[in-house]
Amino acid sequence: MMKNFLAKAYVWILLVLLYAPMIVIAVFSFTEAKVLGNWTGFSTGLYRSLFTSGQHEALMAAVLNTLIIGLVASIVSTVLGTVSAIGIYNLRNKRFKSAMNTMNNIPILNADIITGVSLFLLFVSLGVTQGYVTLTICHITFCTPYVVLSVMPRLKQMNPNTFEAALDLGATPSQALRKVILPQIKSGMVSGFFLSFILSIDDFEVSVFNVGTNGLQTLSTYIYADSRKGGLTPELRPMITIVFIAVLAVLIVMNLRAKPSNQSNSQK
Amino acid sequence: MGKIKQFFGRRSSWSIPYLIFMLIFVVLPLVLVVLYAFRDPSGKFTFDNIRTFINEKESVNTLVYSIGIALITTIICILLGYPAAYILSNSKFRSASVMVALFLIPMFINVLMRTLATVALFGFMKVPLGQATLIFGMVYNYLPFMILPIYTVLQKIDKSYREAAQDLGADNVKVFTKVTLPLSMPGVVSGIMMVFMPTISTFAIAELLTMNNIKLFGTIIQENINNGMWNYGALLSLIMLILIVVTNLFNDDKEEASAAGGLI
Repeated sequence: MMKNFLAKAYVWILLVLLYAPMIVIAVFSFTEAKVLGNWTGFSTGLYRSLFTSGQHEALMAAVLNTLIIGLVASIVSTVLGTVSAIGIYNLRNKRFKSAMNTMNNIPILNADIITGVSLFLLFVSLGVTQGYVTLTICHITFCTPYVVLSVMPRLKQMNPNTFEAALDLGATPSQALRKVILPQIKSGMVSGFFLSFILSIDDFEVSVFNVGTNGLQTLSTYIYADSRKGGLTPELRPMITIVFIAVLAVLIVMNLRAKPSNQSNSQK
Repeated sequence: MGKIKQFFGRRSSWSIPYLIFMLIFVVLPLVLVVLYAFRDPSGKFTFDNIRTFINEKESVNTLVYSIGIALITTIICILLGYPAAYILSNSKFRSASVMVALFLIPMFINVLMRTLATVALFGFMKVPLGQATLIFGMVYNYLPFMILPIYTVLQKIDKSYREAAQDLGADNVKVFTKVTLPLSMPGVVSGIMMVFMPTISTFAIAELLTMNNIKLFGTIIQENINNGMWNYGALLSLIMLILIVVTNLFNDDKEEASAAGGLI
């Protein structure tokens, strides 16, 4: 009994420690003090100032860039990753298949900083000006492998004969794809999409090398630049709090969505 | 025309666009890292970058220091993370999956935000920033990456192994050291992979946690690239890359590498 209690206490203490920084930020987002740690009374001033137009244009632009790049990158990655997963799954040549899988694993296993530096060198040597498009391509590069990895298990679970059966029953290949394959891999695609989105909006190390010199900023690079200048903009506290809660919400929704399918799997 | 249609009708050919994409945006950039590492700024082939790396003590010292910090971080993560993963995998209560999710959520929060929050916490507690806070912050950042793979492996271990050991007269300590621990080693190895390498290569975390007083290997890569020393930066990246490849040879279970997706 005592052992059980100690075990639970250990896990909870670890969790509290893990969340302490975020909690401190969240608490101090409700006071207007310039320096974190000074409590000058409860206020929602920072939140209001954050959303007052004209006050924090650079920060808001960075947030908008982050969301747009995240959305575009995760949509493209989901399409590219799904098509590629179907392609890789259907490859007959074992060597080619394992080569594709190895290449797919490179961005996952590689350190972010190397991915960032190597893509930077690519754009520099090609003489391409870095900006919105190149940064989005960078994000697609490190998101797509995760989509492939989340769609692949669904394809493996599928009965390969169902596609043939649909064709035998008179479906065109595209009908068979839409009505037979897609419904079975949809959950993998959705997971891949959300994972890509989170990876993209969280990315710092790849972005910082590839934002270019035209003043393009994502939320991460903005925070980085801001923290280098010395004191953090106090409005970043409500910003971080909002992002934290948003990510929390996305993950909770995703987990609730994932639960029923897990149960049906285990029942089989 | 018919042949083209047949070609596109074959689903295996759907991997072609991704193959081209990866060759351009994954393989070619890495080839460029190697090329730049053995070139001088004018584009001539040279070993000068390697010579500079060996002769100039700063880079080597930083690499050794980074490996040291990464080792300490990894060991603390194992010591803190293993018991947590063990407790979570043994808990019978239904909330176990919720608890695991709670441990994983910080992984999905931006590294910079997490680190700044940690810096804020130290500031709040009036702890001076330095080597100790650096290690503390690293453990903060990477602990979930250690807990997840260990938990995943522990959970998969068949309970009957432990019961068999108990039936054969092993006490709890023996069951753990002779059965559970050896069986969970793949998880520990994956955890080491996910903590050790990123600790060496991150630059923002070290910079923010020590007010830029302590440099890790990632920091000097970034500084060189930012200051236009692309060739030397590429060489340092290549060294990092070789380290990653070498450590990956020890870890042949590629599925675990995607453990970050395990939450989903």
